[in-house]
Amino acid sequence: MTRKGRHKTSRKTKARVASKTISICHGTSCIEAGSGQLAVAFEAALRRKSLSADVKVRPGRCTGYCHVAPVVAIEPDGITYGNVKLSDVERIIDKHVIGGKILEDLLVPAEPAYPSLQPLSATGFFEKQVLIVMRNRGRIDPESIEDYIANDGYQALAKAVSEMKPEQVIDEVKQAGLRGRGGAGFPTGLKWEICRRSKTSETKYIVCNADEGDPGAFMDRSLLESDPHAVVEGMIIGAYAIGASHGFVYVREEYPIALERIVGATEAARDYGLLGEGILGSDFSFDISVVRGAGAFVCGEETALVASIEGKDGRPRPRPPFPAERGLWGCPTNINNVETWANVPPIILKGGKWYASIGTAKSKGTKVFSLVGKVKNTGLIEVPMGTTLREIIYDIGGGILRDRKLKAVQTGGPSGGCIPASLIDLPVDYEELTKAGSIMGSGGLIVMDEDTCMVDVAHYFVSFLEEESCGKCTPCREGLTRMREILERIVEGKGKRGDIELLEALAHVVKDASLCGLGATAPNPVLSTLKYFRDEYEAHVYHKRCPAKVCKALIVYRVIPEKCTGCQRCVRACPVGAISGPRAQPHNLDQSLCIKCGACYEVCKFDAIAGDAIYVE
Amino acid sequence: MVKRDRITITIDGRRRKAERGQSILEVAREAAIEIPTLCYHESLTPWGSCRLCVVEASQHGRTRVVASCVTPAEDGMVIKTNTQRIRDIRRMIITLLLARCPGLAILKNYANEFGIKRIPFEKGDEDCFLCGMCVRACSEIVGIGAIGFAHRGAKTEVEPPFGFASSACIGCGTCTTICPARTLTLEKVFARQTMHRGKDQIVGRCVVCETYYSGA
Ligand SMILES: Cc1cc2nc3c(=O)[nH]c(=O)nc-3n(C[C@H](O)[C@H](O)[C@H](O)COP(=O)(O)O)c2cc1C
Ligand code: SF4
Ligand code: SF4
Ligand code: SF4
Ligand code: FES
Ligand code: FES
Repeated sequence: MTRKGRHKTSRKTKARVASKTISICHGTSCIEAGSGQLAVAFEAALRRKSLSADVKVRPGRCTGYCHVAPVVAIEPDGITYGNVKLSDVERIIDKHVIGGKILEDLLVPAEPAYPSLQPLSATGFFEKQVLIVMRNRGRIDPESIEDYIANDGYQALAKAVSEMKPEQVIDEVKQAGLRGRGGAGFPTGLKWEICRRSKTSETKYIVCNADEGDPGAFMDRSLLESDPHAVVEGMIIGAYAIGASHGFVYVREEYPIALERIVGATEAARDYGLLGEGILGSDFSFDISVVRGAGAFVCGEETALVASIEGKDGRPRPRPPFPAERGLWGCPTNINNVETWANVPPIILKGGKWYASIGTAKSKGTKVFSLVGKVKNTGLIEVPMGTTLREIIYDIGGGILRDRKLKAVQTGGPSGGCIPASLIDLPVDYEELTKAGSIMGSGGLIVMDEDTCMVDVAHYFVSFLEEESCGKCTPCREGLTRMREILERIVEGKGKRGDIELLEALAHVVKDASLCGLGATAPNPVLSTLKYFRDEYEAHVYHKRCPAKVCKALIVYRVIPEKCTGCQRCVRACPVGAISGPRAQPHNLDQSLCIKCGACYEVCKFDAIAGDAIYVE
Repeated sequence: MVKRDRITITIDGRRRKAERGQSILEVAREAAIEIPTLCYHESLTPWGSCRLCVVEASQHGRTRVVASCVTPAEDGMVIKTNTQRIRDIRRMIITLLLARCPGLAILKNYANEFGIKRIPFEKGDEDCFLCGMCVRACSEIVGIGAIGFAHRGAKTEVEPPFGFASSACIGCGTCTTICPARTLTLEKVFARQTMHRGKDQIVGRCVVCETYYSGA
C-alpha cells in the first residue's frame, strides 16, 4: 500500500469516530497525578453505561495546564477540566457527555465562566498564543502515527523528498529565518549549509539535542512526549537537506516517557517506510537512534554532547573546529534543539515566506517558553517572537500571584539574566534579551515578585552552575567557586567592603575567558542583578539589611509588647519553642533559640511580631 | 597550492605570514612574542583549559577573547596579546590558581612577574592545578591512557579512570617528568592506584634500586 492510501484510510476511520472524545492528558505531570487510572475508570464507566461505541477515551498531549493536573478535555466541545479525580468520572459522563452541561467547578481556572460551550482556543491563557511548534497540542494521540498523519503529518517530508532538491530545502529554511532554539540562536539554514558543504568526510550525521538540563524547563520534554513525530519528521527533512545518513536523539535520562515516545515514534515511522532504506520511494536513506543522556547539564553543550554520544567523558572542547566540520567520530555533524527540529515541517509545508512573516526583524517565528514562578497561570506557552514581557506575564500569565508587584523576570535558564520590572515592555527576541543583559537560552521564564531578594537569586544560580561546571577550565572551575563564596558571605551578612567589586571583576573574567558556553554565560545572573539591583547588594554588605526580608541571617524577629495580646498562637507555631509567656500577657522571644523561620510572624493576627533588619552602620 | 595555504595576520601591530591551521600561539612564538601558558606543551594536543594564554582577536569588526593555544590564526585577524583587559584576565587566573595551590613555584613566579601581591580568597592546599599534561602525555606519548580526570567542577582530580587503577600503567614516569607543577611523583600515581586496587596491584617497586616496574 502506498503512503497516500494509508493516509486516506486513517482519515476515514477518524470520520467514523463517535460524537465525543474524552481526551486524558498523558503528559508527565498528568500521569503522575493519576491520568492512567482515570483513563481506566472512564473506560469502565462508559462500558457500564453502554456508551463505549459512541464515546472514545484516548490519551492526549500536554496542553500546558500542568498546574491543575490531571487534565481531561471533552472534544469536540473544547472544554477542559482540571484536577479531575476518580470520583468525578461518573459526573462528567452523566452531566457533560450525556447531559451536555458544563461542570463549572472543574473548569480550568484561567477560563471565564462559560455561558455556553466554548472552544479551547478562546480561553484567556491561549488568546495571545500562536501555535506552530505546539500545533497538535491536545489534538492528537502522541502514540499514534495515524493521528499525526491525519493532521498533515509527514506531508512536508513528502513534499521535500518528491518536489525539492536538498539545496531548495536549505533555502526555504534560510528564507524562513529560523534560528536555533537551544540557546545561541544561530541561523539554522546556514548551519545546515555549512554541514552539507563540509568536505571533512562523506558520512554526515545529525543530532537532536534533548538534554534539557535547565531546572524548571520542560518545553523539550513536553514536545517529545506530546508530538514526537513532529521532531522525527523535522529530522528526516534535515537529513535529506544535509545529506546525513544517520541521526541521534540525545534524551535526558530523567525523561522516561519522552524516551519511550520518541523510540515508539521512530519504530512507527520505520514501519511506514518513513525511516530506513529508500524513504518514500526515493533513493534517500536515513535512520534514527535514540541515545540516553549522561545526566549532566553541561552535556547539553554541543561538543560535550558529541563526546558523550561517542561514549567518552562529557566535557566540552574548544571550538573551532565546530561540529558542522568535525563532530561525531570526526564527521560533519549538525546539531539542533528539539524545538528547532519541530519548526521544520511547517516551514517546508507552508513556506519560508509565511514563517518569516511572524516575529521581529531578526527573530522569526514563535518561541515556546515555560512560564513559571509567581504568576497565576504557569505552564508552556508559545508566542510570536517580539511579544512583550507584559503580554506574557499579564495577558497570558494572568498577572502576579496574590496581586503582588512584579520585581524581575529571569529568562534563559540558570545562566540567564534578571530583567527588572521597569523593562516590562521589552519585546522578547534574541537581540532585545541580549541587550538587556540576559539570553533567550532554551526558553525558561521565571517571574519574580517583590518578595524576592535578588542577591539570594544570584547566589542560587551561581551555586547551581558551580555544581554543573565540568571542571576543565580555570575561570569557570575556580571562578564560580569564588563567586559563590562571596555571594554566600553577602547573604549571610558577612559581606566585606570590596566584595561587590571583587565579585564584579571575577564575573567579567569568567564570562570573557571560559572555554565553553557554561562559563561564558554563568555570570549573567550576577552581572544583571549588579546592573539593575546594585542597591540590594549594597544594603546587604554595608547595612546588613535584606530589603526583601529573605536572607535569614539579616533578620531579627521580636515581639512588640504593646501589640501582643498573649494569645499564644506564636507559641504553638514556633518549631523550636523560642517563644514563651503566660496567656494574656506579652510574650518573650528568645533570640538564642530562634531559627528565623518566620512562623510566628506568619501566624500572628495582631501584627505583634516584627521582622527587623540587624542594622549596622 | 602553497599560496592558498599562506595567510597574513597582524599581531601586536606587526604583520606576520603564517600557515593556515597554525595556532595564534605558534605564530606569536615564531615572532618572538611571549604569551604565558600553563597547559600547553609542544608535544601534546592543545587542550585549552588553563586560559592563561588568552589574547584579543579581532575579525569582521568583532573582538573576542580567545585562548591562543587552541585558536587557529585566520587570514586578516588582528591580534593583541598584551592589552589591559588581557592583563586583568591573566592576573585573575594566576590569583585563582595560586589560591588553589599556594605552594607551587611555577605559579609564584607568574605572580611575581604580574605583580600580584594579595590573594583575596581563602587559600586551599592543592598541589595540582589540573593542566592535564600528565593525562595527555600518558595517552598520546606513551599510548597507554592509564590516568584520567575524575569527578566534576571544583572536585575534579587526576586519577586512574573511574577510581580503579588501570592495570595499564607501566611505571614509565612520563607523566611525572612532564608535570609542570613538579607535583606528580610516581609515588602518587602508585599511591592513587593502590588506594583503589587492593590486592590486584600490578605496578611494583624494586626494593634494590627503588624504581617502579609493572608486573602482570
Ligand atoms: C552548558 C550548556 C548547556 C546546553 N544545554 C542545551 C540543551 O539542553 N539543549 C539544547 O538544545 N541546547 C543546549 N545548549 C546549546 C547547544 O550547545 C547547541 O548550541 C544547540 O543544541 C544547537 O542547536 P540549535 O542551533 O537548534 O539551538 C547548551 C549549551 C551550553 C553551553
Ligand atoms: S567553561 Fe566550565 S563547563 Fe565549560 S569547559 Fe570550562 S569548566 Fe567546563
Ligand atoms: S607512569 Fe603510568 S600513568 Fe604515568 S605516563 Fe607512564 S604509564 Fe602513564
Ligand atoms: S599532576 Fe601535574 S601534569 Fe597532571 S594535571 Fe596536575 S599539574 Fe598538570
Ligand atoms: S502534563 Fe497534562 S497538561 Fe501538562
Ligand atoms: S595554554 Fe592555552 S589554555 Fe592553557
